Amino acid sequence: MIWQLDLLILILVVLCGIGAIMIRDLLGTAILFGAYSFMMCLLWAIMGAVDVAFTEASVGAGVSTVFFVATVYHTTRRTKD
Amino acid sequence: MEEVLRLVVERYNYWIYITLMMIGLYALIAKNNLVKKIVGMNIFQTAVILFYVSIGVKKGATIPIIEHNYDMAHQAIRAADYVNPLPHVLMLTAIVVSVATLGVALAITIMVYHRYLTLEEDEILKQIRES
Repeated sequence: MIWQLDLLILILVVLCGIGAIMIRDLLGTAILFGAYSFMMCLLWAIMGAVDVAFTEASVGAGVSTVFFVATVYHTTRRTKD
Repeated sequence: MEEVLRLVVERYNYWIYITLMMIGLYALIAKNNLVKKIVGMNIFQTAVILFYVSIGVKKGATIPIIEHNYDMAHQAIRAADYVNPLPHVLMLTAIVVSVATLGVALAITIMVYHRYLTLEEDEILKQIRES
């Protein structure tokens, strides 16, 4: 485990998380949450948990993003906060 | 003082996990939009999973796949050379469960939108009180 890479990706994860709940657009939330899941997948590959990493890449970053985009398509993009 | 500072710097990953957990909890409690609440719930779940996976990491260890060569098969396996795979297997289940809960939550969100035509929690509560 390389700690510089670990720290860099952890900071990116926190930034993506804050952005996902702060942005005033639900499609932006969906995309930033996909980026968050992908950073999380990289973090698990660094930690040596390759099985968790590819499950997260397919299920977390793939299927979750599709679910969120489908929800935004069926409802609305507008949000107040 | 120096001891405390060293503890904070050496365990930086735990502080960041707690930060992520608090971001998720904040979104779950303080946000008004239903989709953002669900995003907060997912951030909270992944923070907990991240904490559990980080327990199994060892310094200088490789991924948990045993090296099999022709003449190495009868050698003893040293557990210190491999990352602990038990938290990985448990958290694999947790990821699949989290995606299932996400699907159910988003389906309920779509139903709520079709009934009240809004995703904001205060407007939904106002419509419920008026009816």
